[in-house]
Amino acid sequence: MKGNKFKGIAVDGLLRNNPTLRLVLGTCPTLALSTTAMNGIGMGLAVTFILICSNTLISLLRKVIPNAVRIPSFVLIIATFVTVVRMVMEKFIPDLYDSLGVYLPLIVVNCVILGRAEAFASKNPVLDSAADGLFTGLGFTWALTLLGVIREVLGSGSIFGVELWSFRIEFFTSAAGAFFTYGVMIALFNALFAKIDNVKKRKEFYAAYPDAIQPEKLETKTEEVK
Amino acid sequence: MGNFLMIIIMAVFVNNFILVQFLGICPFLGVSKQTGNALGMGLAVTLVMTMTCLITYPIYQFILVPLGLQYLEIIVFIFVIASLVQMIEKFIKKFSPSLYNAMGVYLPLITTNCAVLGVAELVIDKAQMLSLLGIESMNIGVAVGYGFFAGVGFTLAIVLMSGLRQKIDKLDVAPALKGFPITMIAASFMAMAFYIFNMISIG
Repeated sequence: MKGNKFKGIAVDGLLRNNPTLRLVLGTCPTLALSTTAMNGIGMGLAVTFILICSNTLISLLRKVIPNAVRIPSFVLIIATFVTVVRMVMEKFIPDLYDSLGVYLPLIVVNCVILGRAEAFASKNPVLDSAADGLFTGLGFTWALTLLGVIREVLGSGSIFGVELWSFRIEFFTSAAGAFFTYGVMIALFNALFAKIDNVKKRKEFYAAYPDAIQPEKLETKTEEVK
Repeated sequence: MGNFLMIIIMAVFVNNFILVQFLGICPFLGVSKQTGNALGMGLAVTLVMTMTCLITYPIYQFILVPLGLQYLEIIVFIFVIASLVQMIEKFIKKFSPSLYNAMGVYLPLITTNCAVLGVAELVIDKAQMLSLLGIESMNIGVAVGYGFFAGVGFTLAIVLMSGLRQKIDKLDVAPALKGFPITMIAASFMAMAFYIFNMISIG
C-alpha cells in the first residue's frame, strides 16, 4: 500500500502531471534555458533541489503557518532556499551560474514550486511531500533536458557541448524556435496521452461488457470463416 | 535624448520582455484570450514594473550595497513587490473604482509574475543592462525608464497575442494542438516577426 502511494506520486510527477508538458507551468525558464541540454539539466536540478527542500519544510510547518499568511510564508521559504542555491552555485559552478543568469533568482516566482507547496505540501505528511518534490522536480528536469537536447542538436549541432556535426538550423536556438519546439512537444505529449486514455477506456469497456463485439476480433473471425 | 530613444526601441521591440526574454509567459498564455483583459493585464504589469524599479533600484544601490547585503536582494525584492502590489490595489480601489474594475483583478496575480521580479533583478545588473540596452552608466532614471518601456513591450505583445488568439480559437485545429500548443506556435511566429527589430541600429 505504502509502495503503491509512492509509485502514484512518481507517475504523477514524471508523466501524468508533468509540470512542463502536461500542466504547462514554469514556462519562462523552460523557454529561456532549453537552448542547450546542459542549461536544461542545470536549471532542472536547481529547481528539483529547491522543490524538495521547500516541500519538506512547508510540510513540516503546515500546522504552524496560519492559513491567512500561508502564501507569503511559502514565498519567504522558497526565496530563502533560492538564495542559498544561488550563493552555492556562484561559488562552485560559476559557469552554470552565468548561463542561468536572471532566471536563477526567478525560481522564487516559478509557479511549479509555489503550486506544489499550495496543492500538495501544505496538506500532506513530510515524506510524501519530499517524494512529491523529488518526482515533480525530476519531471521538470527531464522535460527541460529533452527540450534542450532537441534544440541543441538541431540548432548548434552539438549535444551537452560535444560537437556532433556542422549542420545547424539556427532557428532552433532563437526565441521563435523555443516557442515552436515547446509547442510541438506539448502537442505530441497530448496526443500520446489521448491515445493511452483511449486504449484504457476500451479495455475497461470490454472488461465490463465481455459479450460486446470487439472489432479487432471480428476481423480475425471472418478470416477464419473464409 | 539618444539614451531615451535607445531605451524605447531596445526595451519595447528589440529585447521584448515576452517574445525575446521569456519573462511573464504565464499571463501571456493565461490572460490573452480577450483583448480587453489583455490590455488590463498589460497596464497593471506596466504600472507595477515602473513602481518596482523606482523603489527596488534605490534600495539596492543605497541600502543593500553600502551594507554589503547584496545576497538578500531576492528576499527584499519579493517583499517590496508583494507589499507594493497590495498598496497599489488599495490605492486604486479607493481613488478610481473604474480603473480598479479595468485592471484591479489582475493586480494580485502580478506578485508572482516573473516579469516584475525579473525587471528588478535586471536593472541592478550592469552587464545585463549593457547587453539589453547598450547603456553603460546606470542611474535611477534609466532604471525607471526601462521598467516602464519593458512594461509597454509586454503590453504590446500580450495585446497582439489576444488578437491572434481570438482568430485561432475559431479555427478547427487538431485536438492535440488545441489550447497551449497552437498558442505557442503562434507565439513562435510573433517572435520571428520581432526578430526583424534586431536590424535596427542607433548611433
